[in-house]
Amino acid sequence: MPSLKDLKNRIESVKSTRKITKAMQMVAAAKLRRAQEAAEAGRPYAERMQAVMSSLAASVGTGEGAPRLLAGTGSDKTHLLVVMTSERGLCGGFNSSIVRLARARVAELQAAGKTVKIITVGKKGREQLRRDYGSYVIGHVDLSDVKRIGYVNAQAIAKDILARFDAEEFDVATIFFNRFQSVISQIPTAQQIIPAKLDAAAGSETETASTVYDYEPSEEAILADLLPRGVATQIFTALLENGASEQGARMSAMDNATRNAGDMIDKLTIQYNRSRQAAITKELIEIISGAEAL
Amino acid sequence: MAEMMQFDLVTPERKLASFEVSEVDIPGAEGDFAAMPGHAPVISSLKPGVLRATGADGYKSFVVSGGFAEVNGASVSVLAERAIPIEEATGTVVDSMLDEARSLLAAALPEDRDACEKLVHDIEMLRGTMAI
Repeated sequence: MPSLKDLKNRIESVKSTRKITKAMQMVAAAKLRRAQEAAEAGRPYAERMQAVMSSLAASVGTGEGAPRLLAGTGSDKTHLLVVMTSERGLCGGFNSSIVRLARARVAELQAAGKTVKIITVGKKGREQLRRDYGSYVIGHVDLSDVKRIGYVNAQAIAKDILARFDAEEFDVATIFFNRFQSVISQIPTAQQIIPAKLDAAAGSETETASTVYDYEPSEEAILADLLPRGVATQIFTALLENGASEQGARMSAMDNATRNAGDMIDKLTIQYNRSRQAAITKELIEIISGAEAL
Repeated sequence: MAEMMQFDLVTPERKLASFEVSEVDIPGAEGDFAAMPGHAPVISSLKPGVLRATGADGYKSFVVSGGFAEVNGASVSVLAERAIPIEEATGTVVDSMLDEARSLLAAALPEDRDACEKLVHDIEMLRGTMAI
């Protein structure tokens, strides 16, 4: 039976924990709004880009002489997984869910006899993946100093990946990130970026496909120019989605923590009051029995 | 009243401009051109340069680099990798673009040298036209 003093200390400590989680929740809520705005702002560019690339790709085709970023290297022996996680913890199942998806993919690829290479973005994913697949990790991108993710960050990652592709280090690249659905639901997503997987249907839905465009310079030249940009754009979109998801996950995790702390305080307070009452009753009994004995 | 068309300028980070225009001067990779309502559909990649959109109340200029412009009769969408309003494009901004291009040129493979040299040249030209 803990003493009254112990209980009191306990209650105080849980109260300060609740204050911290509450504050973190509010910070995450503010950051979430900003991250969501950034994700919204990036959407028009990504969508137009995708539409134009799709229609270009459809007309150029994947036959002889097509850019390698589109047609691939002709084999799919080596897979590069780019796993994007957060730099900080305390965000619920956010990181684990991406890592779980990546792990499943690694197991699947290995079962099929493929070679796997991993690049991690964000500290948390690296820590988890290094334990099991340390030898596959060929690179890591540190974004812990970046306050606000900008296109330059995505460009730097894309440049690294494209250089590795040119050096024929891998055949297929896939990015793993959490797609932001809502504050309580983020969907771990795997998206193939090299060779570019362009949805032909997406292109034909827009007016791009129905109007006949002139191309300056040629279609091939524009496509060759756009493909690397497309990789950077996809990475940028993924980073933004991930950023919004991270804040969303943290917000709901901290909301739960705050509520749990509240419940615990209630429970401890009841226990404290009971113990106090028991002590008072005990003292009264002692006084009364003492008086009777006289 | 001149005919108008929709003009959008977007970068990966944000939508920079979206308004009705009567004319857009675009620095295309194969030469500058002006797009007016009813222009034949064109998709052109951009070279670093100044884009000028003329609306009902005067014009707005932007320094753009990388990306492409999509023109059809009713609208012009410019997807630029970088775009800044010309008022914010000081000498230092252009200088940093120039430095970037030069370092690209230094690291370029032989087959990409021409393109990089052109990039440096384009930015030098841009610097010249802005008179800074």
